[in-house]
Amino acid sequence: MNIMDILVAKKLRILADAAKYDASCSSSGSKGRKAGEGAIGSTTGSGICHSYTPDGRCISLLKILLTNYCLFDCAYCINRRSSNVQRARFTVEEVVSLTLGFYKRNYIEGLFLSSGIIKTPDHTMEELVRVARSLRRDHGFAGYIHLKTIPEASPWLIEQAGLWADRLSINVELPTVLGLKALAPEKDGGTIAAAMGQMNERMIEAKEEKRRFAPAGQSTQMIVGADAATDEMVLNTSASLYGNFRLRRVYYSAFSPIPEASSVLPVKAPPLRRENRLYQADWLLRYYGFSAPEIASSGEGGMLDLDIDPKLAWALKNRDRFPVDVNTGERELLLRVPGLGARAVDKIIVARRHTALGLDDIRRLSPGLKRARPFLITRDHSPARLTDRLDLRERLAPPPTQLGLFE
Amino acid sequence: MNMTLTQVALQPGGDLDGFRAAARRLIGRDTPPGQVIWTSEGDLFGAAPEGEGAPLMLPKLTGEIIPLVVCHNDPQRYGLLYTLIWRLTHGERHLMQIASDPLVHRLYIMAKSVRRDLHKMHAFVRFRQLDLPGGGERFMAWFEPEHFIVEATAQFFVDRFRGMDWAILTPKGSLHWDTRTLTIGPPGERAAAPQMDDFEQHWLDYYEATFNPARVNPTVMKREMAVKYWKNLPEAEIIPRLIHEAAPRVQAMIEREAEMSTKRNPDKAVAAMADQTPKSLDALNRLILESVPPAPFSPRAVLGEGLIGARIAFVGEQPGDQEDIEGRPFIGPAGQLLDRALEEAGIVRAETYVTNAVKNFKFKPSGKRRIHQTPTTGEIKHYRWWLERELEFVHPHLVVALGATATQALAGKAMPVMKNRGATSAFGAWPGFITIHPSSLLRQPDEAAKTAGYKAFVDDLKRAGALAA
Ligand code: SF4
Repeated sequence: MNIMDILVAKKLRILADAAKYDASCSSSGSKGRKAGEGAIGSTTGSGICHSYTPDGRCISLLKILLTNYCLFDCAYCINRRSSNVQRARFTVEEVVSLTLGFYKRNYIEGLFLSSGIIKTPDHTMEELVRVARSLRRDHGFAGYIHLKTIPEASPWLIEQAGLWADRLSINVELPTVLGLKALAPEKDGGTIAAAMGQMNERMIEAKEEKRRFAPAGQSTQMIVGADAATDEMVLNTSASLYGNFRLRRVYYSAFSPIPEASSVLPVKAPPLRRENRLYQADWLLRYYGFSAPEIASSGEGGMLDLDIDPKLAWALKNRDRFPVDVNTGERELLLRVPGLGARAVDKIIVARRHTALGLDDIRRLSPGLKRARPFLITRDHSPARLTDRLDLRERLAPPPTQLGLFE
Repeated sequence: MNMTLTQVALQPGGDLDGFRAAARRLIGRDTPPGQVIWTSEGDLFGAAPEGEGAPLMLPKLTGEIIPLVVCHNDPQRYGLLYTLIWRLTHGERHLMQIASDPLVHRLYIMAKSVRRDLHKMHAFVRFRQLDLPGGGERFMAWFEPEHFIVEATAQFFVDRFRGMDWAILTPKGSLHWDTRTLTIGPPGERAAAPQMDDFEQHWLDYYEATFNPARVNPTVMKREMAVKYWKNLPEAEIIPRLIHEAAPRVQAMIEREAEMSTKRNPDKAVAAMADQTPKSLDALNRLILESVPPAPFSPRAVLGEGLIGARIAFVGEQPGDQEDIEGRPFIGPAGQLLDRALEEAGIVRAETYVTNAVKNFKFKPSGKRRIHQTPTTGEIKHYRWWLERELEFVHPHLVVALGATATQALAGKAMPVMKNRGATSAFGAWPGFITIHPSSLLRQPDEAAKTAGYKAFVDDLKRAGALAA
């Protein structure tokens, strides 16, 4: 390696490390796109995970910061002004050439670029836009680009960013305005909402007018466990984000111990299981017709049950709604049966038009029959008051010994 | 009934064409599945195909599943598929919809396994770069798929790496692309693919840096990236070390006292945010010139022109053909008409400010001519922020919207011009005035109406002039 490569390698290590706490790494949601003559890059609707790191997370995009210098002082962030972490700064050209080098070797689907705020929010955002513009215009790059929007930047920069990016995102970071005030003094919930609103409006118009503007929509991330917000507050925030700004995804990130931690943070990380339960709950919110209060009611005191998934927890508390007959039950009800996924439900609904389904049929259609069984009636089975049994929870919960060391 | 067994010999790998022809023939002759022996060794002595049977009418789902299952490495795949076709054509037309049927279920699982293998090949192929003597770049990869999917993945790699010279070698066949043509070749050898690429170190560095040791979870990693793929993934080599070091790294992180921070002055952040909007009309104009229009308009932005501090500012729709060529607003036919009307209304154009709601010319080419296109709602909004800043610098007494686009840009919503003609309070902080765009007079075919319209326009301008005074 020559000296330039060595410098770039050092920056890459610092600026990838600094970006890794952002969970939103997916390359999904864009329309199918192919490389033009002499160029590279394509997108598939659902995205591709090119590798997995030993934390089980997928690598889909080259996820880096343009710089980790930052004027702001968000307590949960390793790059905040007051942290003593090592700093670095890429040039626009360096990011472009790393992205192309990674892409040509099929390591990634594209770029996820974010940045600490240097000089001014506008200056920072302009640099991010320049990277995307150079990839698209100078190199004909048709792969995926996700730009983190800086909400404090001027609105015209959002207009420009959407012309090149597949996805734009702003992290709300904390589920409540109070939490944001306490931990991120320079950030403003109102500014974040305004920028999300602007992006949403442009995306809707562009779609109607058949123009390109961030076709993969917007997403956001919330840090869980850095403040006192309950799961119920988190889910209410998610529900309103999905409703108001048509977000494609809300990512939840269990607050992770970071080097150079700030002393206002809790010393202990929340269990990763909490993050996992929130993802399950989020799924119920988006695809299973549950409302946020319904999901929250499955736990206690606004917190989800950590031992069993929220769908099972809800079913156990609402036993009067079961059993459901697979051969006659409505889709909405079948979706609420623990162990039955949306895809299995759809297959059941098609198949039952032609045959009366028994337990063996359900076993072939869904991997979750064991959990579904007490809540189902089939041609050859009815749960014989099983739904009334007091020990049902114990019978269906995974044994506690399965808890891993790090969970 | 004919009880002899029929032997069908297909090509090695996934022979979709051969299978389709054979299935048509067999169904045409009403040969039940039990009487067919399928081989795929490319048997030269097998019966030569004897013409095609009639095309089979099969449900759509079958059309999706057959090409996948044909690629499966299970030697029974053709027999199973033929049984499916037999049943579909013998009274069980809806069979595919019964996903719980044991045969359908098995075929779905096979299709899923092939789909997964395709997906993993798209994901896990790792190209290495070879330097060509002439200075060009060539990329090569070695990969070991589970099923016969090499051909089936070709389109994906061509679509993605069209401008690249590349080859993928596998034990089940190879793909070669020279930026123009695809060649599907015989199985390759691992040794024929490059063994190193200096750039790969960046990938390993990235892989290590993006891993969070506080969340180590090899089980999930292995579920998604099965160990069988590891031997061809360069990053897999460092996995054991990363796992081994994870726990001590986290422990060290937690034990480290929160250090005294070298806290920099927080006021800087606040000051920076207050300081970022352009400080002059020139600075704003530079931003407008550097920016890109929201759709394929003319790339040249035409800026506003006139007096800062003018009493009256006119906002038109967008530059036209001539404005785009010369880079100045309102100089084409509509601009000349505006000049005449202003003069008659007693307004000196040089003492006003003239600009457009949309800064770039939107047109459709038609032969040598460029035909004006009306900007859409979203496009108007794209420019709106700039228009607002621009007016703040000019700071006129009155803002006159010429036509519907300008009215929409200034009011933030569509308002019919004729109904709202005259003074308006819909332009936010600015006292406003709505009138027609002079180009609408140019388009008016009826002479009498044109004269009347022109007179009304001049009257509007007079009233506006009086309001601005
Ligand atoms: S703005 Fe806040 S969250 Fe973003 S990099 Fe700076 S300190 Fe971190």
